[in-house]
Amino acid sequence: MSDHAIDGVRPADRSREAVPWRRAAWRQYRLERRMFWRNPSAAFFNFLLPLLFLALFGAIFSGDRDTLQVIVPGIAGMAVMSTTFSALAMNLTYLREAGILKRVRGTPLPTSAYLAGIAGSAITNTAVQVGLITVAGTMVFGLDPPRDWPALVLFVVVGVWCFAALGVALSHAIPNFDSAPAYVNAAFLPVIFISGVFYDADDAPRFLRDVAEVLPLKHLIDGLSGAMVAGADVDHLLALAVLALWGCAGTLLAIRGFSWDARRA
Amino acid sequence: MNGHAAIEVEGLRKRYGEREAVRGISFTVRRGEVFGLLGPNGAGKTTTVEILEGYRERSDGRVSVLGMDPGTRPAALRRRVGIVLQSSGLYRHLTVREAVEHWAGLYPAPRDVDETIALTGLEEAAGVRTRALSGGQQRRLDFALALIGDPELVFLDEPTTGFDPAARRQAWDAVRSLQELGKTVLLTTHYLDEAQALADRVAIVKDGAILAEGAPGDLGAGAQRFRVSWRGEDGEAHVRETADPTALLHEITGAALARGERLHDLGVSRPSLEEVYLELTAGDATAAA
Repeated sequence: MSDHAIDGVRPADRSREAVPWRRAAWRQYRLERRMFWRNPSAAFFNFLLPLLFLALFGAIFSGDRDTLQVIVPGIAGMAVMSTTFSALAMNLTYLREAGILKRVRGTPLPTSAYLAGIAGSAITNTAVQVGLITVAGTMVFGLDPPRDWPALVLFVVVGVWCFAALGVALSHAIPNFDSAPAYVNAAFLPVIFISGVFYDADDAPRFLRDVAEVLPLKHLIDGLSGAMVAGADVDHLLALAVLALWGCAGTLLAIRGFSWDARRA
Repeated sequence: MNGHAAIEVEGLRKRYGEREAVRGISFTVRRGEVFGLLGPNGAGKTTTVEILEGYRERSDGRVSVLGMDPGTRPAALRRRVGIVLQSSGLYRHLTVREAVEHWAGLYPAPRDVDETIALTGLEEAAGVRTRALSGGQQRRLDFALALIGDPELVFLDEPTTGFDPAARRQAWDAVRSLQELGKTVLLTTHYLDEAQALADRVAIVKDGAILAEGAPGDLGAGAQRFRVSWRGEDGEAHVRETADPTALLHEITGAALARGERLHDLGVSRPSLEEVYLELTAGDATAAA
């Protein structure tokens, strides 16, 4: 072969620098937002349902300040769980079964940037919902504004981490997308009922109280009500410790079980 | 390192527990050629390709894709290859153009979005949401997304399985356009006519091993056999095989003329790739000529 062979020069010699991580994550985030609003049923279940509950319970108990002080932080806690845990478990099951995860894995998009985009979109929903619930609690239902903003932010952040990790972990256990709503609701509905979203958890029977005490949502709601409602007597450290424990377990399971492909060899 | 080979595979093995899906496969794909892995379902084609794509880990053997080891999933490699998986989903709520634009943003030096949409024949569907596309259009979008990063090498895993004839032709045209762009293509298929129509070279795979390899025409002719067939006036069919069809034809037609007989459906054929394929992939691998 001749040394002058020009076809030996590859076009790849031009610059092939990677797309910067931040730009990749930001693009993924914007794509997720756009798709979220284009899927009306997902938008409804993940976004409007907690707000609808707030409106209903607010109307039923309007004027009953004591009950509203339980329900507003309760629904804020439920919103954190539904926007992260439920949404991510459903979303990832779909993405995996549809083969979208596998397709994305074949591109240069870094895994961390991809997951950051998806999680960022879920967290946006959380922030907007908790914001709306807080505003509605003050403006519509006449509660006092949150008394401890740093604690409110802290508990929302820890709650998001904990439930997002658990949602990703749960998605590994869901065999296919058809059964995803059943799995998600089997976890979500009992937990919101026993954790004091709609009533003061301390009024529940002893057995249910003990179960709720072990699970993370009650502690998130405790933390939120401590931050939002004056005079609530809450052990912040215990609540944070339980949330962090579940968050660590969820993170471990989310990473160890992560699968890109619906076919498991 | 051989700079002219896009893919080099040597003694590749993949075990799943007790079962060995790939048993020592070796082949080389040159730059700019379309190489076909042809074989029945379960032959190990997809396993092989998914190892080269970096989706699966190999159990043994040496593999080089564009000079890199796909097993370590180097990002530099993913920037230079395009992958069309056997089946993979799309974001259902995006339009074709939005999907192609988003994918373009994943690559450092993408192709032009409009040009790529035109190349894959999707201009009219550009504003359509992907969930409303026909099977053939979805496949062309798969091609567009695999091409948008301007890869040097494109993997196509069973690109037309389950297609109607029209969609198949469209997909074939898309593969030919890759070829015209000078891309290297590794194609798997269990359709013989597809390998014959598209591939420069074909390896026939069965039970995780390569049984034969060569240009589609050479594989068929490799046996150096010709088949002469005709029907006599009584309608009886005759077939004879020979290495020298000229002499045989002379003999047959001479005898017929002497008898004043007309021969019907007189023809000379070489064993097609199909016959070679069926012979090789039949239950026992008897005559691998």
